Amino acid sequence: MTQVTTRPAAPTGIGAPVDRVDGTAKTTGAARFSAEYHYADLAHAALVHATISRGTIVAIDTAAALAHPGVVAVLTHENVPTLTPTPKPGLNLNSLAPGTRVNYLNTDEVFWDGQPVAVVVADTLEAARHGASLVDVTYRPLPSSVDFAAVEDTATPSKSNPLMKTGERKGDAEAALAAAPVTVDQRYTTPPYNHNAIEPHSTTAAWVGDRLTIHESTQSIAFVRGHLSAKFGVPAANIRVICPFVGGAFGGKGAVWAGTVLAVLAARVVGRPVRLALTREGVYRTVGGRPPSTQRVALGATADGGLTAVVHTSVIRLGRVGGFGEQIVSMTNHLYATETLLTQQNEVTLDVTASTPMRAPGESIGSFALESAVDELAHTLGMDPVALRMRNEPDGNPVNGKKFAHRKLREAYALGAEKFGWADRSSEPGSMRDGRWLVGLGVATAFHPSWQMAANATVRLDADGTVLVRSGFHEMGMGAATAQAQIAADALGVPVSSVTVAYGDSDLPPAPGAGGSMQTASVAAAVVAACRKLRKKLGDGDPVTLLARSGKPFVEASVGSESRLGAFTSIAKTLKLVMDRRRYLTAASGAHFCEVRVDADTGEVRVTRWVGAFDVGTVINAKTTASQLRGGIVMGIGMALAEETLVDPRTGRIMNPSLSEYHVPVHADVPPIDVHWLDDPDPTMPLGLLGVGEVGIVGAAAAVANAVFHATGRRVRDLPITLDKLM
Amino acid sequence: MKPFAYLSPPDVATAVRMVADQPGAKFLGGGTNLVDLMRQNIVQPSTVVDVSGLPLTTVTELPDGGLRIGALVRNSHLAADPLVRSRYPVLSQAILAGASGQLRNMATVGGNLLQRTRCPYFSDLAAECAKREPGSGCGAAGGFSRGSAVLGTGTSCIATHPSDLCVALAALDATVEVESVRGVRRIPFGEFHRLPADTPHLETTLAADELVTAVEVPASPVARRSHYRKVRDRASYAFALVSVAAALEVRDGTVAVVRLALGGVGTKPWRAVEAERVLTGAPATEESFRAAAEAELADAVATPHNEFKIELAKRVIVSTLGGLA
Repeated sequence: MTQVTTRPAAPTGIGAPVDRVDGTAKTTGAARFSAEYHYADLAHAALVHATISRGTIVAIDTAAALAHPGVVAVLTHENVPTLTPTPKPGLNLNSLAPGTRVNYLNTDEVFWDGQPVAVVVADTLEAARHGASLVDVTYRPLPSSVDFAAVEDTATPSKSNPLMKTGERKGDAEAALAAAPVTVDQRYTTPPYNHNAIEPHSTTAAWVGDRLTIHESTQSIAFVRGHLSAKFGVPAANIRVICPFVGGAFGGKGAVWAGTVLAVLAARVVGRPVRLALTREGVYRTVGGRPPSTQRVALGATADGGLTAVVHTSVIRLGRVGGFGEQIVSMTNHLYATETLLTQQNEVTLDVTASTPMRAPGESIGSFALESAVDELAHTLGMDPVALRMRNEPDGNPVNGKKFAHRKLREAYALGAEKFGWADRSSEPGSMRDGRWLVGLGVATAFHPSWQMAANATVRLDADGTVLVRSGFHEMGMGAATAQAQIAADALGVPVSSVTVAYGDSDLPPAPGAGGSMQTASVAAAVVAACRKLRKKLGDGDPVTLLARSGKPFVEASVGSESRLGAFTSIAKTLKLVMDRRRYLTAASGAHFCEVRVDADTGEVRVTRWVGAFDVGTVINAKTTASQLRGGIVMGIGMALAEETLVDPRTGRIMNPSLSEYHVPVHADVPPIDVHWLDDPDPTMPLGLLGVGEVGIVGAAAAVANAVFHATGRRVRDLPITLDKLM
Repeated sequence: MKPFAYLSPPDVATAVRMVADQPGAKFLGGGTNLVDLMRQNIVQPSTVVDVSGLPLTTVTELPDGGLRIGALVRNSHLAADPLVRSRYPVLSQAILAGASGQLRNMATVGGNLLQRTRCPYFSDLAAECAKREPGSGCGAAGGFSRGSAVLGTGTSCIATHPSDLCVALAALDATVEVESVRGVRRIPFGEFHRLPADTPHLETTLAADELVTAVEVPASPVARRSHYRKVRDRASYAFALVSVAAALEVRDGTVAVVRLALGGVGTKPWRAVEAERVLTGAPATEESFRAAAEAELADAVATPHNEFKIELAKRVIVSTLGGLA
């Protein structure tokens, strides 16, 4: 269990810019990540990756690897114990845990280029990695389909489920489009992306008999525990998952991927604790990323800018052995008042890595197409793009009239426009210039739905006035523990410095996975409820005084249960929360304003100014909230200008699996980013929180593309916006 | 990484002897490229002879006003050297346009000359690459070639030389001094790197046992008015799509002296001989600069992915010369 004590002098209260409770531990190196736990007799593992996209292994020669000094074992499909087959995704939440359906090393089949086909275990990391290079695999390749562009036209509609519809229909949008006086009808494309968390996925696994301790870099302790329990046939209670610190994840550590299973398997086979720290290349080859997309957005409008038709369809790819059909068109269902609407997600299946959620899956790339198209319509109409959006701001959910729980987009736009100085913009593209730089200003809407899941928490107040909050949530760098310390301090009326938060451990009351921008709200609900219970036990008044008066050493209150029954109750509670949430449309939203400069000769684009104004409900911590929003915007700048996973269409192999060749923004690419929020609580969410983890990236790439158009008159509909597209 | 022997010689004579005696031995300078390639199993030396402790670390002024740069001078030191900054601004700017501060603090001048290409097919053992495996095909030709060369391409290789520093040295008529057990020899910079032709694995005229000991840059009054312009996909820490090293002296509206070299477009650091010929004696006008650029790129061969580089190179040549005129 990890306990981090807050800084003694920290200010208190909801909304205060409290320093991160783990800031000192991280900056001094005291914080230990999953590959930094030492065990006596620790062995190191390295993966051997398939170099074909589909086929079978006909021979695997491990002699040279085994002969290399320090190599302890080479695990292949020919010699490892049988694992329980990986379940297909179903109603059981644990079935959603694995990133792919492959039963690693239990099959001679290869499903994608990069699939692990052997694991070398050695006394040292160096011996393991060199041993891996000595394993000689012979394949019988089968014909494979890896070229997204080549099969895009064979896409079929993604299946809907009760929690997520993959398309909506209102009236006859195509007919309305054909009849509309003004239209935009364009195709937009986005490339594949990878998460590139600074900490590559890593696992340290130690078995004692049939009990497993695993240090794992994960967004979901429950998934790791549940999946490993199923795969290795041991009770979940025998598995302890520890992950106090996760060095970034962005969705890439939400599922359980090959490295985790294989580290645990290796530890079992060699009878020693095993560490498997993926190389950066290993992450690219074994962990899914965001799939590429092609999208059509068609808008029909009256001459004064009233929308009569909105069409948004998309195609993405899934891997043959898994993938996530992200909700690319869903925000289009909610953003604009329109007489007719047609949205539909479609997919193809290829012999490539299974895709997986990446920061604001769906909305981040869907917003690029939609918000570019709205900008195109504004230009066609000769309207200001903000005015066009406000002209079509709906009173209720455009598809079904369902009520908005909270809709403050008008206010966000007004705030952002004022801070940015939008009114000074000249509307004509190419009309602003500063020396060799063409200057452009762009705008786009951010939107991300808000959810809540059931979480458990225990709060204990000691006679000395200190508080211990226990909840097995996840800290991936966003400041989760700091926020919960502030929430507990506020609920109990004690200073933040009195609160210690224990998290990141399966021995703690279970909390939901960190994803979908819902962890803080979900855990807050449990922490606030537990604090309330605790106060009730003490009666009216200051809890610390009341406890002292009672003479008891401590008082404790829990929400949820750590028992098996409690887990089932949690699932039921979560389903109820999700279904309840469907009564309203609840979402965080915002407005991005940016300035770009484009070199008139070379087409080089630099983002030089950014203002984001957001409605994220209640802000718990001004400092970490600003960081989350800024981080999303930086990632959006990466999407807009640089990021692209290069998958060779001939082989299905990723050709730039490194941070030198996959370009994320460097410091010099990131301008000062000015973020603002309305700080207006949402009445339907715990503490009024709407979530801040993902909304910042949504719309960011469109804002850049729109600014580039304003600077140059050139519309780039194919990300990233590299200079060759502007020359 | 394949296990290797590590040797740390006390002087140059011992270092070159060690490499001469050990088949498969390699010199190690700053390690910013070689170590990466060893980790990727692209290069697997039997022995690494670490020369980074040898006393080749000074920049000294030559009697004619030129500079002698020790092969182990770190890139950041060279970029900051007052003589380099005042007499050869193009050299300082080229260095600072490359890599990152941390890498420049480690990387040596000698090592920079021997930098390997960043072609993705070269760095992936699962891909075809004739530079890595003589006689093999070229993965880039029908694959991702956005970064590939358009000048000096061979039948089996279109990989770009990645260095920025070398582009400036090509423009400055530098000389490379090398040493082996056979003695010292001097190689004009233009003859140091080879075109790939049908032997792309042979990248330089340096013998396997020769150590780069110094680079000499001759006195060059024109270099005082010089500039390095690098165009890339992000603001920092990216290899050039196109770069231009230029020095220009204009007298009475006419180009008296010009030095021009290109990066990001050639299979080796590309001295723009043809452009210089067209420009010398021509009016220092945008038309002349454009004509020179057209002449230099006339024989360029592109793929659909890197075709933009031809026009981009022309524009950057024109704007860089325009800035110096």
